[in-house]
Formats: sequence, structure tokens, C-alpha cells
Amino acid sequence: MKMEHDVLRDPVSAVEVKHWRDDFPALREKVHGQRLVYLDNGATTQKPQAVIDAEAEYYCHYNANVHRAVHALSERATEAYEAARHKVQRFLNAAAAEEIVFVRGTTEAINLVAQSYARPRLGPGDEVVISAMEHHSNIVPWQMVCAQTAAVLKVVPINDAGELELEAYERLVGPRTRLVAITHVSNALGSIVPVAHIIKVAHERNVPVLLDGAQAVSHLPVDVCALDCDFYAFSGHKLYGPTGIGALYGREVLLEAMPPFLGGGDMIAEVTFEKTTYNELPHKFEAGTPHIAGAVALAVAIDYVQAVGLDAISAYERELVAHGTAALSEVPGVRIIGTAPDKASILSFIMDGAHPHDIGTIVDREGVAIRTGHHCAQPVMRRFGIPATARASLALYNTREEIDTLARALHRVREVFC
Amino acid sequence: MDDLKDLYQEVILDHNRHPRNFRELEGCTRQADGYNPLCGDRLTIYLHVDGDVITDATFKGTGCAISKASASLLTESVKGKTVAEAEALFRRFQKMVTSPPDSPEDFSDLGKLFVLAGVREFPVRVKCASLAWHTLRSAVDKDRLEEPVTTE
Repeated sequence: MKMEHDVLRDPVSAVEVKHWRDDFPALREKVHGQRLVYLDNGATTQKPQAVIDAEAEYYCHYNANVHRAVHALSERATEAYEAARHKVQRFLNAAAAEEIVFVRGTTEAINLVAQSYARPRLGPGDEVVISAMEHHSNIVPWQMVCAQTAAVLKVVPINDAGELELEAYERLVGPRTRLVAITHVSNALGSIVPVAHIIKVAHERNVPVLLDGAQAVSHLPVDVCALDCDFYAFSGHKLYGPTGIGALYGREVLLEAMPPFLGGGDMIAEVTFEKTTYNELPHKFEAGTPHIAGAVALAVAIDYVQAVGLDAISAYERELVAHGTAALSEVPGVRIIGTAPDKASILSFIMDGAHPHDIGTIVDREGVAIRTGHHCAQPVMRRFGIPATARASLALYNTREEIDTLARALHRVREVFC
Repeated sequence: MDDLKDLYQEVILDHNRHPRNFRELEGCTRQADGYNPLCGDRLTIYLHVDGDVITDATFKGTGCAISKASASLLTESVKGKTVAEAEALFRRFQKMVTSPPDSPEDFSDLGKLFVLAGVREFPVRVKCASLAWHTLRSAVDKDRLEEPVTTE
């Protein structure tokens, strides 16, 4: 692995990508007798060997519960778990490790904020602002809390390119807005949302902002201090880490004032049948035994990404998106959905005469793994008047050749259907 | 690639391109919506049932080639059948698409519907083939008219 790169580094060479690929054992798999071309990274990324080893090492050598016992193994486990929290803190550039809450993933993080932050503050007629390109996990928790409080969900529209309509956003954030919850990068379209501007506008009106970073953290450097955002959520498994672990960043003053999300062990200071006092941050929000192995391995995934360098990853993936956009556009009948100039790593498309599921089945037989369907973003599909798309989503280990394999497989789709 | 040829047989591609009975049915006596939440396939089946006989069947909706062709073939094959015969056809069809690909059982009695046997090689696509049939069942079963049927 290499040290962190400068922004002004040379373009990533094929040799470097080859080295990165070698770190991911799953990429050596064959499917239907073909070399796997894994282009479903928006759903989940493959894991480098170091991440896989980190989980195994925890279970082999220091498996014990955290924050409990005085014995040596528990101390080691606690140390590693808390070190992982510090790793996430530095990764997001949060001010303090107490501002990092380990959760199962982005979905749980957003539900936590909806129930513990928003619910006590929302009353009838109050408003939560989201956008038309949210994943269901940044829609449904807000619908639930709105139903509980008679608050109203407001939706910022998007234009035909898949960009947020910023003027509409500025109009929608009003005196009744209590929270803005918006994606950093759209999972269905790839659009990068100008989140600094979103936050600036909201803060001018004293409205806090939650960013759904599920699709962003593996593609762009994220600095919650520089962004000045109030909540930031992401999942480990889309960042080359394990499933079942993710993190919520919350501004300390906000987290401090919030009631716990789940009750149980580890989140308490003292329990009597008359009264329970809650533990300090961040433990107040981590009821029960956490996913210790997951947190430890997530820290290793972060090490991996930082050693490659997010600036290098971002620059390389931009090249891949440009190459992919050109290659797919050359296939007759293909139309790319989501054409924002500022885009990260997603190539969503439809094809004349061929439904996305049929595309998915046919390219799978060529070894190419893509996602087909509504991508848990049905309102986005409705916005574009389509039932589904095929989506190739890229990671640092993908190559131009793999995209060309997809393009060739799409020609096969045409042979069947056109 | 032989599996793919089994799946996308010419009859299926033809029904996908030119679905039969692809329209709303004016004066229909039964109608039901089918929805596959996993992939967003959505269709409506319209029936005209006279006494016990399905005298006409049509459909509308969006879906992949398999679900569209399956619905199209369904409308052709249930027309003129009694409700009980259609139900029996549903069971036979379900048995075919859910049996293992190497099953020794001969399903050629299903006639034109036999072209959909290729989905057995593609477990995730079985639901595409059966959506229309589940919807048909919901349409003939009066008690289930209210809720759209799903394949989940």
C-alpha cells in the first residue's frame, strides 16, 4: 500500500490499480465461467484482505465484550473498539470521538436522528426537508416521525439532469423547518449534492442538517467540521468494510440534548426500578453489545482507503465515470439517467427495447455484476418516468477494461432484444 | 450461453415485443393489480367472467420481457377456460417454474406456456414469470380484490 497522495499527484496508473485489485480476494472469483466484473459497488463494496483478517484476528485473539470486565481480553477489545471510534473521528474530521456513535449502518443512523433528535422537537405543521433523490432510508424514517408528530415532509425537486433545484430548496427552508436531511451523493443518479451550500442556507435559518453519506464516503473526502454539518451518517460496508457496522456523527451539543434511541446495557450509568440515568456520550446511544469485530475491521478499511488516498480515488473514479459515460453512450439505444456534471461513480442507464432486469440477467452471464431495479429510490424512478434502471457503480479497483466488458455485454443484450 | 437461449426463446421475445391482449377490458367483471416490489414490475389483469367461464382476459402494465410475455401468454391460455380450469393451470404452471431445472417431469402438456420453463435456470427470475399468474388468481378470488397482490 502507498502513502497518502497529494491532490496534484499523477494520474493513477494501470499498475497501481492492479496492486489495489490484488488486495481484494473476491475479485478473483469466476461467475458462469467468466472472470467477475464487479460493478455493484453502490450496493456494497468488496473487502480487502486486511479487513477480512482484522475481523478474524479479533475473534481469534481478543474476542471479549467491551466496557465491562477487568480482564485482559476485555481491555484489549475495549481498546480496539475505542481506537476504531477515534479512527472514524479523524476520518470525518469530527471535533471529538464522543461525537461518533457506532450503529448498524446509515439506515439506523437516520432512524436514530429521526426518533431521538426530530421527534421530540416536531409538532403539528413543523417541517422536515428532504430531496427527490433520496434513498428510501432517508425518506421512510422522516415519514414515520412526521406521522408520529403531525409534522410535514417537504421535498426539494430535482431537474432533468438529476441535480437538486437549489432555488426551490431555498424557498422550502422556512420558519417551520426543523431539520434538513439530504443525501451527499445520490445512489441512483450519482449526483454530488452541493452540501456546503445546503448547510449554509439552512444554518442562516437556524436549521440543522443531516447528510446521508452512504454513497459519498468511499468516493470523496468528507470533513464534517469544514462542512459545518450537524449529523453525518455512513455505512462501513460501502467503504470496503464489513456489513452491520456504520457510524453517525452528531454535533456534541445536539447529541448531548437527545434522549437515547434504544434502551439496554452499556447505555446506562445507573439503573434502579425507580429511575435510570444514562451513560455519557457516545455510549448513551450504543445499547447492547456492539458489533466489535465490525468496528475494528471498519477502522482497517478506513486505513486502507486513506493509504490509497481519497483524492487519488476520487480523481481515478472520475476518469472511470467519464470513460464509462462515453463507452455506454456508444451502445445504440442506451440512455444514461443522471447526467449532472458533478457526479460520483454511478452509471445508471436504460436501453431501448430491453428492460433493466433482462439486461441484468444477460450481462450476468458475461460475468458482469450490476444492479437493476429501482435502487431503493422509487421517487427518483417516478421523477424520470421509468420503472427501473440498470446501474453500474464503480469502486477504486474497477478498470476501463471492465467497463468495456460491460459495454460489450450490452451489445449482446441488443442481439437478443433488438 | 445456452441457458440464455432457453430463457429468451423466440416466442417469449415475440410476446414481449408484441404483447397480446395488451389493453384495458371495458366492462370487465374482475380485475386485480400485481406488483413485484423487488423489481417494480406492475401489471393489471382484467377478466370477463360469464357464469363460470373466463370469456375474455387482457392486461396492462410494465415489466421485464419475462413478466410481460408471461402475462401475454396467460391471457391467451385462460380465455374460454372455467375458473377451476384456470386455477388448475396456475398450479401446473407454478409447479413447472419452481421445479428444479433437471426435473424429469414432463411439462409439455402446458403447451405454449412451456416456453417459460427456461426460468428454472434463473431462480431470481421465477417471480417475473409467476407475477401474472398470482394476479390472475387474485382476480378470480373475490375475497382478495382489495389489496394488490405481490410476489413477496
